[in-house]
Amino acid sequence: MTCGRALTPYSAEAALAVIREHAGLRGPLLPVLHALVKTFGYLDPSAVPLVAAELNLSRADVHGVVTFYHDFRTTPAATHEIRICRAEACQSVGGEALVASASAKLGVPVGSTQGPIALTEVFCLGLCGLAPAAQIDGQPVGRLDQSQLAGLIDGLQASTA
Amino acid sequence: MTVVYVPGDSGARSVGADAVANALVAKAAERGLDVTVIRNGSRGMLWLEPLVEVVTEAGRVGYGSVAAAEIDELLAAGMLVGAASPNCIGIVDELDWLTKQERFTFARVGVTDPLSLADYEAHGGLVGLRRAIELTPTEVVAAVLESGLRGRGGAGFPAGIKWRTVLETESPTKFVVINADEGDSGTYADRMLLEGDPFLLIEGCVIAGLSVRAEFGFVYIRSEYPDAIATFNRALDVARAAGWLGADILGSGRAFDLEVRVGAGAYICGEETSLLESIEGRRPVVRSKPPLPAIEGLFGQPTLVNNVLTVAAVPFVLANGAAAYQELGMGRSRGTQVFQLAGNVARPGIVELAFGVSVDELVNTFGGGTRTGRPVHAVQVGGPLGAYLPVEQLSLPMDYEALLAAGAMLGHGGIVVFDDGADMWAQARFAMSFCAAESCGKCTPCRIGAVRGVEVIDRISQGTDVAANLVLLEDLCELMTDGSLCALGGLTPLPVRSVLRHFSSAVPASPTPVGPSGGSR
Ligand SMILES: Cc1cc2nc3c(=O)[nH]c(=O)nc-3n(C[C@H](O)[C@H](O)[C@H](O)COP(=O)(O)O)c2cc1C
Ligand code: SF4
Ligand code: FES
Repeated sequence: MTCGRALTPYSAEAALAVIREHAGLRGPLLPVLHALVKTFGYLDPSAVPLVAAELNLSRADVHGVVTFYHDFRTTPAATHEIRICRAEACQSVGGEALVASASAKLGVPVGSTQGPIALTEVFCLGLCGLAPAAQIDGQPVGRLDQSQLAGLIDGLQASTA
Repeated sequence: MTVVYVPGDSGARSVGADAVANALVAKAAERGLDVTVIRNGSRGMLWLEPLVEVVTEAGRVGYGSVAAAEIDELLAAGMLVGAASPNCIGIVDELDWLTKQERFTFARVGVTDPLSLADYEAHGGLVGLRRAIELTPTEVVAAVLESGLRGRGGAGFPAGIKWRTVLETESPTKFVVINADEGDSGTYADRMLLEGDPFLLIEGCVIAGLSVRAEFGFVYIRSEYPDAIATFNRALDVARAAGWLGADILGSGRAFDLEVRVGAGAYICGEETSLLESIEGRRPVVRSKPPLPAIEGLFGQPTLVNNVLTVAAVPFVLANGAAAYQELGMGRSRGTQVFQLAGNVARPGIVELAFGVSVDELVNTFGGGTRTGRPVHAVQVGGPLGAYLPVEQLSLPMDYEALLAAGAMLGHGGIVVFDDGADMWAQARFAMSFCAAESCGKCTPCRIGAVRGVEVIDRISQGTDVAANLVLLEDLCELMTDGSLCALGGLTPLPVRSVLRHFSSAVPASPTPVGPSGGSR
């Protein structure tokens, strides 16, 4: 099971096709990078020179942009992702305790994208009125509590076992 | 046939609204009941989500905190005719919480089907744009100026002056850029508007484009908002097909179109020049000003950069007249502000009211105090760069100048409540570490200062040279305030100093309280 979308295995040809599809936009770099991540689940480092050549940029320019943002992961995505909010509104209702128990239960530190279930942090999902909040495989989860979190993790673990 | 509203807003979805909508369709079919489910936006009474509304002859009857498992029972009990039940909250439009508000910008959010053009027009939509088409650009800009509308992104710059600058800067190509990066914790009004009434933002953007003579605009939405991106993109298609966007807006012969750009997880991209760099595809490092974006912005062209709520306020101004907007408010803060109650609060949600309302009224009267039931201890207003207000300061009015004078700021109108379990010293540390993590790196006081700030706070926590390190922390705060290029570095000291000043008992082993506690500066 993937995060609700089928990923394409990375290849230079497929990457070129994705890049060319968006190359005509004004300011195409960000849409191109997003499209690559959407298609392959991550940004393969070997796509960087392709992007640079197609968009007439230097590799350093592309690298500088890729590394600035949190979204452009350069390693293949885990099957599932638990993304927990760590910003103030979520802190005010025990968000940090949820982060700690998720980390303990999964046996990985926050920020881990290896293994079947990634555990990542995010600073605000706009669900601050329903804090603590998370995104599980891209879907919003609000008023998260310890038992619900444990159940969600059990479910994900069962589906990847 | 009975019409039932189940919010499709991501907040409602985060607590099970999809399952409720599905159960409603399935169970009604089993019972042979004729039901049409409409996915509306959220009314902004978030503690009641999922809030189901049934259209009855008496009005829309609400059922709060509905679980999918209860639907069959509710149907059996006569929910479709508005029958009483423990979840029933009565006629939604008559609830105090809503009637006490002044919903100008959020008038339709939660009321209409977000993607129905007919609904939009039936509820007052497009009146402002039609009016704008009859007026000259100069007249529209004059109305925006007269309304007293100020930018809702945080800085509170008068919108009319910015619009006038872009209008008066000659160039064959100009842009409108809408800032929907909404990175501040505790803020979610941009998101709810994008999901709940996207045509309002489109209408505002078209008015902006026609009045500053720009034919193209970008709406920059943060990637953390997948639902908002999807809904807004669908709304653009619908609006374009209806001729509300494109080469001939409503038959006026004038052109304007919009495109969504998606952020990639960087708080600094909310800063307007960083945002422009981001759209251009460069490393989104903050630009020095001047030149102002209004004169030399996106791709070097005159660019109107406004927050979602700023532009979304304009259709009201044109439809009802600048005076109708201007007459509300306090001091130089005119009109309404969409406040967002968040965190540890019993009744979180959207409260749109004239400026001048006190923090206390928002937190305690509307919000009902903390969700945990413990005493309110601190209230952070204005996002991660906003001050933590102690209880003694809650009488402060929501007004740009009054908050500034008290060492605080309004920002984008987010209000995050903490109870007495909060570790305020940890909150001060978080402010510094957030700045360190999100700094664009252009200037030293922010890039290095925030890292040093975390280190100094940690040393104080460990009890190392507390007095000396507290002085150092104050020095660092001063340096960051005075020496940073943008408000990320420049305002991070605000929450830190508010903790030092008003929550001194939380500062580890601090021998004496630093500065006066309580009251305003
Ligand atoms: C670090 C930082 C983050 C910001 N984030 C946002 C944001 O998320 N949304 C926003 O509208 N403005 C944000 N701003 C303010 C913008 O720079 C700018 O003032 C605003 O978009 C102008 O629109 P307005 O006049 O309508 O408020 C931010 C500023 C700074 C310094
Ligand atoms: S204050 Fe920080 S974020 Fe702003 S320009 Fe300087 S380094 Fe960049
Ligand atoms: S602070 Fe967690 S969702 Fe906004």
